[in-house]
Amino acid sequence: MAILVDENTKVLIQGITGSFGGRHAQLSLDYGTQVVAGVTPGKGGQKFADRVPIYDTVAEAAAETGATVSAIFVPPPFAADAILEGVDAGLDLVVCITEGIPVIDMMKVRAAMAGSKTRLIGPNCPGLVTPGRGEKSHGGCRIGIAPGYIHKRGSVGVVSRSGTLTYEAVWQLTQLGLGQSTCVGIGGDPINGTSHLDCLKMFNDDPETEAIIMIGEIGGSAEEEAAAWAKEHCKKPIAGFIAGATAPPGRRMGHAGAIISGGKGTAEAKKEALRDAGILVAETPSDMGATLVKALG
Amino acid sequence: MNIHEYQAKELFEKYGVPTPKGKVANNAAEARAIAEELGGSNVVVKAQVHAGGRGKGTFKNGFKGGVHLVNSAAEAGDIAEKMIGQVLVTHQTGEEGKLVNKVLIAQSVDIAKEYYLAILMDRDSRGPVIVASTEGGVNIEEVAEHTPEKILNEKIHPLLGLQAYQTRKLAAKLGFQGDQAKAFGKLLGALYKLFISCDCSMVEVNPLVLTPDGQVLALDAKFNFDDNALYRHPEIEAMRDPSEEDPREVEASKYGLNYIGLDGNIACLVNGAGLAMATMDIIKYCGGEPANFLDVGGGASKEQVTNAFKIILGDPNVKGILVNIFGGIMDCNVIAEGIVAASKEVGLSLPLVVRLEGNNVEAGKKTLAESGLNLISGDNLADAADKVVKAIAA
Repeated sequence: MAILVDENTKVLIQGITGSFGGRHAQLSLDYGTQVVAGVTPGKGGQKFADRVPIYDTVAEAAAETGATVSAIFVPPPFAADAILEGVDAGLDLVVCITEGIPVIDMMKVRAAMAGSKTRLIGPNCPGLVTPGRGEKSHGGCRIGIAPGYIHKRGSVGVVSRSGTLTYEAVWQLTQLGLGQSTCVGIGGDPINGTSHLDCLKMFNDDPETEAIIMIGEIGGSAEEEAAAWAKEHCKKPIAGFIAGATAPPGRRMGHAGAIISGGKGTAEAKKEALRDAGILVAETPSDMGATLVKALG
Repeated sequence: MNIHEYQAKELFEKYGVPTPKGKVANNAAEARAIAEELGGSNVVVKAQVHAGGRGKGTFKNGFKGGVHLVNSAAEAGDIAEKMIGQVLVTHQTGEEGKLVNKVLIAQSVDIAKEYYLAILMDRDSRGPVIVASTEGGVNIEEVAEHTPEKILNEKIHPLLGLQAYQTRKLAAKLGFQGDQAKAFGKLLGALYKLFISCDCSMVEVNPLVLTPDGQVLALDAKFNFDDNALYRHPEIEAMRDPSEEDPREVEASKYGLNYIGLDGNIACLVNGAGLAMATMDIIKYCGGEPANFLDVGGGASKEQVTNAFKIILGDPNVKGILVNIFGGIMDCNVIAEGIVAASKEVGLSLPLVVRLEGNNVEAGKKTLAESGLNLISGDNLADAADKVVKAIAA
C-alpha cells in the first residue's frame, strides 16, 4: 500500500531536458521508478536516456503512456503554468520541486485548483519516496530529489517541510532497522499544495503505516492544525520534531515560509501543540528516530 | 526586501495612493529647494533609515529626533544638514544605529483622526487579507492584544480581488461617511492594485489619516516584497539599499548562500534550510550559541564551501565551526575534498568539527582524516554539536 504512490505508479517529468530535471529523472530510473515520459515544449518526439519518450504537452504524455503523476523541475517563472498544465491533464498527483515561485503565483494556482481531482505536493520540496523492496530500497517510487538508497521499505510514514532534515530522519530510521511506508516532503513555501494534516490523514488510513514522524519548522500554523486533528482522530503513534527554536523573529530562515511574524509560529508554541496532542517531541534532530521508537512503546 | 519611506511615497504616487506631497533630498541645498517648492512653512524633515521609532531617536552627534517640523526652507536645510551623514539610534536600530544618507522633505498635514490600514498575504486563507483599525498611529500588535475587537480583517478572494462591497463594508466600520468613504475607497483600491502589481507580501499604512478638510491620506508606509518575485520587478529590486543590510548577508547572497548573522560564537555551515535551523538548535541544546544560519543549498560544491568559510570567518565573534552535511546525492568525498581545500585556502585556525553523512561517507571521512588539518570528526549530529561546544570551551 503506502500512500500516494507505489512501485506501479507511472511518472512523467516536466522539464526532463533541463540539467536538474534530467539528473533526477536518471536517478529515479536507476532506483527502479517507472519514469514513463518527459515533457518539454518543442522537444516532442525526442527521447531521454535513449528510452523515455518526450512530449510537447502533459496531456499528450499522459494519454500516450498512462502516467498519472508528474514531477515538475521547471524554473520559477514557468512553474505555476506547469502545475496548472498537470491539473488540466487530469493527473492524480503533481509534485513541484521548483524553489522560488512567487507567492502570488501559488495563491492563484491553489485557488484555480479548487474542485479539481489533482493533488499538489510542494512547491519548494524534495518530493516523495515510497521505498522499494530490493537492495537499498531499489524498485520503489522516487519522485523528486531525495537520495533513494537511504530508505528502507517498512511501516513508518514521514512527513516534513524540509529536504535534508527529512533525509536525516529517514536515515536514522533506516539505521535503527525501521523501514518507511512513504516519505513526503511537503515543501517550505508559505502557500503549498499538501499540508502536514493531509499527510497525517492519509497515513492514518493507510494499513501499511503503523507510526508517523512529523517534522515541522517555524512559521505559519500547519503543525498546530495537524496536531489538533491528531489529538482527536489519529490511531497511530506519532513522533515530532520542530526546527527553528533558535531562529530570530522576523527573519526568513532559508525557506520562504520559515518566519516568525508578529510573535506567531514559534518553535516553542508548535512543540507545545504537539505535546498537547500526545505527540512525542524529539529534543534534538539527532534523536528523531529514537523518539519514534519510544512512541512505538 | 524592505524599502525607504521616500521610495514608498514614489510607489504611492505611481499607483495613485493619495499621500502628502514630498521629495527626497541628498543634501541641505536640495532640502531647502524642496521645502521652498512645498511652500516653505509647515514642512517635515524625516531621516531615511529602515527602522521605526525615528521621531524619538537620537543622533550620535547629540542631535535629537529623526523627524522635525519646520517653518521655513532655511530651517529645513539646517535640519537636513544635522541629519545627513550622521548615525541615528532608535529603539529598533540597536546601539550601533543607522547612517542617514537621505532625508524626506514632505508637506505636514493637519490630522483629524488616525487609522491603521494594511494588506498582507495570509498563509492560512491562502490569499490577501486587509487589516484595518480605527486605532492608528500606534503599535498595532498592542491593539490586537488588548482590544482585538478593534481590528478588522477582510479576506480577499485570490482570483476575484478586492470587491466594491468589501470596500464599502470597511469604510462603514471605520466610520467614514459620504465623501470621506469615497476617498477611502479610492485609496484602498489603489493600494490593493499596488500590493498585487508589485508582488508585495505586506504593505502597512500607519497612520492613515483623515484631514479636517476631508482628505484621506497615507502618511507613512512600510513595505515588504516577496523576494521570489523580484525577478519580475527590476524597478523594485533597484530600490534595494545594501547599506541597510548586514554586509555579510549581502556578500553571501552573491554566492547563492543563505546566511543570517546571529550573536553567538559557534558558526555553522549546513546543506538545506531545515537542517541548518536544526543544527543551530542542537548547538544551543548542547550549551553553545550559534553565530549564524547558513544554508549552502541541498547540494554543496567546493566553491560554495570555500565562500561560506570566508563569510563565516568574517565574523570576529566566531570561535569554532560546525560543518554538518548530509550528502544525499552528492559524493561525501567530493564535499570532504572541498572542506579540506577551503580550510587550507582560508588558513583556518579555529576548531573545526565536521559531521558528514550520506553517499560514499567512508571515503569522505578518510579524506578528512588524512588531510593533516586539525579537524574533529563527529559521528552524528549530537556528537558533532557536543564536540564543537567542548572545543571552544577548552
